[in-house]
Amino acid sequence: MLHTFVAYVEDLPGVLTRVASLFRRLNINIHSLTVGRSERPGLSRLTLACEASAEASNRIRASLFKLENVVDVDDIAQAPSVTRELALIKVAATPRNRSQLFDLVEVFRARIVDLTSESLMIEMTGVESKIEGLIEVLREDEGRILEICRSGKMTMRRGHHTSRVLKAMGAGPDETAETDIDPVDALEDRVSGDPD
Amino acid sequence: METNANANAHLTTPTRLTGAEIVWATLVGEGVTDVFGYPGGAILPVYDALRKFPIHHVLVRHEQGAAHMADGYTRASGKVGVALATSGPGATNLVTGIATAMLDSIPIVCITGNVSSKVLGTDAFQEVDITGITLPVTKHNFLISRTEDIAAAIRSAFQIAQSGRPGPVLVDITKDAQQGTAIFDFAAAKPRAYRPHPMLHVADTGLARAAELIRNAKRPVILAGHGVSESGAMEQVRTLAERAQIPVALTLLGLGAFPASHPLNLGMMGMHGEAWVNHAIQEADLLIACGMRFDDRVTGSTSTYSLKSKKIHIDIDPAEINKNIKVDVALVGDLREVLEELLPRVSGRDGSTWLKAIGSSKGAAAVLDIKNLPDLGHLYAAHVIHDIWRITGGNAIVVTDVGQHQMWEAQYFHHEHPRSLVTSGGLGTMGFALPAAIGAKFACPEKEVWVVAGDGGFQMTAAELSTIVQEKIKINIAIINNGFLGMVRQWQEFFYDRNYESTPLVSPDFVKLADAHGIAGLAVRKRADVAGAVEQARSASGAFLLNFMVEKEESVYPMIPAGSALHEMIRRPGKDPLLETPNDV
Repeated sequence: MLHTFVAYVEDLPGVLTRVASLFRRLNINIHSLTVGRSERPGLSRLTLACEASAEASNRIRASLFKLENVVDVDDIAQAPSVTRELALIKVAATPRNRSQLFDLVEVFRARIVDLTSESLMIEMTGVESKIEGLIEVLREDEGRILEICRSGKMTMRRGHHTSRVLKAMGAGPDETAETDIDPVDALEDRVSGDPD
Repeated sequence: METNANANAHLTTPTRLTGAEIVWATLVGEGVTDVFGYPGGAILPVYDALRKFPIHHVLVRHEQGAAHMADGYTRASGKVGVALATSGPGATNLVTGIATAMLDSIPIVCITGNVSSKVLGTDAFQEVDITGITLPVTKHNFLISRTEDIAAAIRSAFQIAQSGRPGPVLVDITKDAQQGTAIFDFAAAKPRAYRPHPMLHVADTGLARAAELIRNAKRPVILAGHGVSESGAMEQVRTLAERAQIPVALTLLGLGAFPASHPLNLGMMGMHGEAWVNHAIQEADLLIACGMRFDDRVTGSTSTYSLKSKKIHIDIDPAEINKNIKVDVALVGDLREVLEELLPRVSGRDGSTWLKAIGSSKGAAAVLDIKNLPDLGHLYAAHVIHDIWRITGGNAIVVTDVGQHQMWEAQYFHHEHPRSLVTSGGLGTMGFALPAAIGAKFACPEKEVWVVAGDGGFQMTAAELSTIVQEKIKINIAIINNGFLGMVRQWQEFFYDRNYESTPLVSPDFVKLADAHGIAGLAVRKRADVAGAVEQARSASGAFLLNFMVEKEESVYPMIPAGSALHEMIRRPGKDPLLETPNDV
């Protein structure tokens, strides 16, 4: 199954190698990995997705925690969360077929961020399947896609106090966070039109 | 550059020192008195500063020896051992020793020099990415290129090495960082507070469930591992065993953590454990695993391992829970602390039926035990080990290599106290014994130290005989010489149709080799001569080497073939042409 871990790690040389090396040793392929600064000074936040057996998650989380530079690890598992990926797609486009691409971009709620006489660049944010959908449609015309750059997925738990990460940091007092997800909170999000 | 390297003053008063001086000053502050190492270009500034500090440096003959000495020092005493090496080959030679410490959770600190920070990553002379190379075999490592970071890194290294589940830490320091100066402030370099693993979890419900399982168990067994002595939980394990009348089986690294002479002691479990121990584990209805990790040499096939039992696992490493064997109750924390919490909930119970059942299965095996056979001229390793145990009264630190002799040591030397057996369990590193024994002797100079090594492994690190002589230390060396790489030969005998490929071994005359080093020695060929030789070695003022020419094709029994069930063991054959059996007499 696909596991998603969110970790806070020290922003130091070699830390990413240590994290990656753990998966290398277990012969687990990292499906996607995104890293960037977090709300905490000196700490980076990473989202890591990997394919591993269902029982592996506890051991992976425990092993990540054993790395000295890893401050916090959250196993997102099936918890309500928001996942996004950013893609930049450069496609061949002449003045003649541009308008067709404009329509397509509109349907997928993407944006055009660069336009030249022979190509245009589409920026799209969304869940993995949505991005795959756009790419699939673009591929209907062979040779149209010139370059694809995808960020890998970023994940955040829904709600303010439902995150084990926040709880471990002392920012969320909710003792029942692991099991008790506010259903109203989750529902509201759906009603507000999130296309997940 | 003017610096003040007064060994004591700078620990209390912040002082400007060179990086090299900071290395030693920090080690002094951490309580280090002995360091094992080998100089070279990239660590020369550190060596140059050594004379100003009250630390004894042991010059090794190969850096692998330095790491093993630091390791043996730690295993014998509990104090963190320190190894020092230069960049490049000096650093890579440490790796086997570091991995040995990692697999057995031994806290050592290794310090390596590296090329100047300006040329890092340029393939400069003797440059190697040692932090990259050792990443999977250290608990943590540091690459330090600024003088002002040295003290904090070394202090953190000591804390990381010893806290939680212990392990080796390496600090790699560039040459320019050693040569630069910085204000040394020992107190300010204190590492941040130790953060226990966030997944440590000893729930009240877990303790209650464990106590209930113990109360209701009919056939319980305690499995005691290395964690017992690491955590200092000998007393608590003993109390649990005695109060609830539970027999105790030990892992190889657990030997000594529970007294061998104790009536509840079953002995070593696993691949070469006695039959009654493994049968007890297979028949048990409750296993209480204390500071052990269900290693494959202990479980045999995991799909057939102790299927009738509930399992309680007490360990400080959450990554060990359910790794090899699924358990019913996990109490994740320091073993001593967990047992302190558990013991008030455990009351006395009658274990006599189960203990009697185990006791009755011991009889047949004891008759086959070769140490009980009459002397027909053959010399067996069992005789040698048994005599060393008998004559030393068990009051010695025995440091073994890896192979048949290691298993015979575990079977025939009865360890009463923790830290009396120093052996490479997890990695199984041949060549470990001689250097590790040197480290053990420096840690415990008042103790009698015995090396027990095979003729193969001894030759891997025999160069350290010179170190013994240069340091004028008293170590007794027993070589169990069977002319084979014995354990590999045994596997070839059992599983490769006796195709003894590359296992017959030509060795030098070890007595002459010892003599060339200025070490006295004696060859022993007959059982009757063993005791006298052991006495002679003990009473000699200097180091002494005994070359025991033992039976060539003897095997370690019983044996569970790798991957077989724990009860499917190969027993000593009744009619082996090489062996006297009771029927032959």
